[in-house]
Amino acid sequence: MVASTTPRPGARRGSGSPEGGPPRSGGRGPGRVAALIPVRLRRLGLPYLLILPAIVLELLIHVVPMLVGMWMSFLKLTQFFVRNWSAAPSAGLANYEIAVDFDSAVGSSLLRSFVVTVAFTVLAVGLCWLLGTAAAVLMQGSFRGRGVLRTLFLTPYALPAYAGVITWSFMFQRDSGLVNHILVEQSGLLDERPFWLIGGNSFVALLVTYVWRVWPFAFLVLMAGVQNISDDLYEASAIDGAGWWRQLRSITLPMLRPVNQVVVLVLFLWTFNDFNTPYVLFGKSAPEEADLISIHIYQSSFVTWNFGSGSAMSVLLLLFLLLVTAVYLVATSRRRTRA
Amino acid sequence: MREPRWLPWARWIVLGSLSLFTLLPLYVMATTSIKPLGDVQGDFHWIPTTISLQPFADIWRTVPLAHYFANSLIVASIAAVASVTIAIFAAYAISRYRFPGRKVFSVTVLSTQMFPGILFLLPLFMIFVNLGNTIGVELYGSRTGLIITYLTFSLPFSIWMLVGYFDSIPTALDEAAQVDGSGPVGALLRVVIPAAMPGIVAVTIYAFMTAWAEVLFASVMTDESTRTLAVGLQGYSTQNDVYWNQLMAASLVVSVPVVAGFLLLQRYLVQGLTAGAVK
Amino acid sequence: MRIRKLATTAMAGFLLLAASACGGDGGSGDGPAAQSGAPKTLTYWASNQGPSLEADQEILKPELDRFKKETGIEVKVEVVPWADLLNRILAATTSGQGPDVLNIGNTWSASLQATGAFVPFDDALLGKLGGKERFLGPSLAATGAQGQPPAAIPIYGMTYGLMYNKKMFADAGIDGPPKTWDEFIETGKKLTKDGKWGLAVEGASVTENAHHAFIFGQQHGADPFDASGKPQFDSDKQVAATKQFLDLMAVHKIVNPSNAEYGNGTQAVQDFTSGKAGMLMWQSIASSAKAAGMGEDEYGVAPIPLPDPAQGGKQVNGMVAGINLAIFKSSRNQDAAVEFAKFMTSKQTQQNLNKAYGSLPTVNDAYDDPAFQTEHIKAFQQILATTAAPLPQVPEESQYETLVGTAMNELFADVASGKPVSEAQIKAKLTEANEKMLAGS
Repeated sequence: MVASTTPRPGARRGSGSPEGGPPRSGGRGPGRVAALIPVRLRRLGLPYLLILPAIVLELLIHVVPMLVGMWMSFLKLTQFFVRNWSAAPSAGLANYEIAVDFDSAVGSSLLRSFVVTVAFTVLAVGLCWLLGTAAAVLMQGSFRGRGVLRTLFLTPYALPAYAGVITWSFMFQRDSGLVNHILVEQSGLLDERPFWLIGGNSFVALLVTYVWRVWPFAFLVLMAGVQNISDDLYEASAIDGAGWWRQLRSITLPMLRPVNQVVVLVLFLWTFNDFNTPYVLFGKSAPEEADLISIHIYQSSFVTWNFGSGSAMSVLLLLFLLLVTAVYLVATSRRRTRA
Repeated sequence: MREPRWLPWARWIVLGSLSLFTLLPLYVMATTSIKPLGDVQGDFHWIPTTISLQPFADIWRTVPLAHYFANSLIVASIAAVASVTIAIFAAYAISRYRFPGRKVFSVTVLSTQMFPGILFLLPLFMIFVNLGNTIGVELYGSRTGLIITYLTFSLPFSIWMLVGYFDSIPTALDEAAQVDGSGPVGALLRVVIPAAMPGIVAVTIYAFMTAWAEVLFASVMTDESTRTLAVGLQGYSTQNDVYWNQLMAASLVVSVPVVAGFLLLQRYLVQGLTAGAVK
Repeated sequence: MRIRKLATTAMAGFLLLAASACGGDGGSGDGPAAQSGAPKTLTYWASNQGPSLEADQEILKPELDRFKKETGIEVKVEVVPWADLLNRILAATTSGQGPDVLNIGNTWSASLQATGAFVPFDDALLGKLGGKERFLGPSLAATGAQGQPPAAIPIYGMTYGLMYNKKMFADAGIDGPPKTWDEFIETGKKLTKDGKWGLAVEGASVTENAHHAFIFGQQHGADPFDASGKPQFDSDKQVAATKQFLDLMAVHKIVNPSNAEYGNGTQAVQDFTSGKAGMLMWQSIASSAKAAGMGEDEYGVAPIPLPDPAQGGKQVNGMVAGINLAIFKSSRNQDAAVEFAKFMTSKQTQQNLNKAYGSLPTVNDAYDDPAFQTEHIKAFQQILATTAAPLPQVPEESQYETLVGTAMNELFADVASGKPVSEAQIKAKLTEANEKMLAGS
């Protein structure tokens, strides 16, 4: 299946594919690069000049702090040294050893938080993608109220995260919340008011809140993807007598595959690193059933003042994300070239 | 496309449930904001028994909301504009030139999306502080520091999306402009940017939203005078009482600029995605 | 290849920065000399003592105006909510960019002392404030590790008392506050009816839970740290103490299970002042009660019941709570800061501010004001002077509060959702907290 659906007009000189994008059919040989060498030599430096601000900022805000963070993970950086951390003694690998020693309290609670985060991510990404795809596919074509629905669906995503999450935390209050009002008073499904913000249900509360907030993103991108599928394809298949289901399975979904690859990856990274939702929903200490890894690390470093240990956990998290992303990209790209 | 007979039903059931799910919190937010405090503390009521606009008056006094609002507006606007400007240049370079390091740059920028914020929060804080101490650039606690941080957050996505968008603009257009005597930068300004406007608007909205909603860094990097809404809103629950009605009213008020902007410009967002990222 | 190139570039940048970081530390970290003729402005972080941040501003303003009139020094005050205070202090400590003077919770004294960020109040400095003897003994004991000069000086004294709603007591036919633990439970049961509850607790508040774990632990003879400073959060005595507290909700059912959700430090007070619960174990609620329209004569203050002395344990029913004032070493206005400390501990300021907050003056000479002869104040004063114990003044104190408080939050969540909580489960949670403490130190 060819990923690029609408042929891009004009010459393709120098156009690059976004990372992870489809293999390009256009030539990219050395001849083209040579043709690029401009008349005036000073132009050689121009692309570098153009990306310079971005490089400087990325280095300052992302790359260098990340490296400093890695360095911190090898230090015994506790309250005794925060004031002058050049004096903090080296911890060697101790911070890592504690973090991965799953028999110890620190390691086992990190592992538990990791498992919670994996379960949360799988469910949340799955649900967001499913809802997004369902809505995007069902809103294909035009019908009355389509514009209104689209606007409505996008609203939670446009809302600042904290505003939406605060509202959910009010709805999940045990005594004054809407959720228990529906479940207990109105429908009588339950006799006893359950807790949503503490204990086991907090996982559900977190999941619902997160999906509410993020599925519109999947919807938005997938909707754009659906719009990009050429009508000709549907018309051609309709002539062949294909029904709606077959069109969905043989045209819409395959054509969305490159979009899906990106959407799922982005959702995965956002969800796994999500801090805002649990932080606003539960405050600084999340219940252990909803103890996502970012908030867990925040607790281990900021609240208990052990920055070395917190950094070590963050580095482990980063390594994990790198690994998953790499495997994912290799797997999905290979599948696509095969297809 | 031929639709099976059940499809309209399925469509209305699925889309209807999704609408309910989406609307419920919005409804709660809106109705709670016009209830007196007493009505909010007891059992939930679907329809307010008493309507009071008092919460909308009180929110400005309980916490210095106007001040936080101004801070958020300044930080988010400047961060969005700066981010998009920088992204345009970088995306133009990537889209129109092949140069050594191009791939490394793209991969690195995109992979920063992977970094857990928690990993570089403290180091970034230290770097800001040390920059202040050594070269006298006060970034910690200042709006500038926050602006720089936020614009970098939206930069990867912005560059990625704009590269896609620029790629879809025929290079013949630039060449024509260059023949007319403009340099490459002139071509960018006169041809590429106008043609890529929907993509640029989309990216600007995204950058603004990112900055408007950020909590983690704002909680560490700001002080009272530079506090943004994301942190300031917590003030309503650390008072004598949890002022749910005021919290909802304030949430509503702080959402208005972003939601209005977003919904007004959503057309561009879809266009931008269609032509850029999703192609 | 390219990855390596990038790594090299990044590494170079990183080294450059690290070098400047070290340079920065040497230059700004230590002892800036007090400058004469320094700018006469102080920044002051006040903790949130009143019903709202704004109320605090209003209470402090006349005093700060008076200070300016007396000394010519202007004080810029920021009231920091409790949820942020420790983080803000930590950030200020790390960066050396903070206020000149600040309030800290007195239980954090030793933890913050260990960072070395505060000016120690040695005898010479204390002398400027009128000498050690002026200060209330228990409050002065909660200012840092033993054998070291205080890292901060006490300004507001507080401790735990049992507040009870007089009208609800009368309606239920209860004569007066309970004296023993059994009476306490009995009283709670009598009050628990018609949607009202015997006691309100803040079941999801780390701080409140940690304080109660400590107080009841002391009653059972449990100490969080042994003589050598090793944590022992999971001793059998502490488990029994924790169970005693949790059982108020789990077994005796005199606490509304919803309280397990309360975590921002205001909701339990709100339940009490609005008459939803008849009793409350809390520090002073004077300003909150006033804001909620509950008159001072509508509630009483009694000591939390002490255990039967025959059982062993300690006769403790409160902790030495309160607010201390510290001076940052990095302050460029050391002289003005000392001047301000002197002002805040002066008789007049002590009287005015403690009156406004319903807390106890921390200097003996302030007590001649009749405002401190009320029943409530005298009850608190009595508890603080005789049966309150300070939380361990060790550097690990703040972690202790966080770890044990969090464990209690989780236990309350289990209790509230109806899960039986056995001693073994309590022990397991506390052991986990203990291990984390050990791993961190």
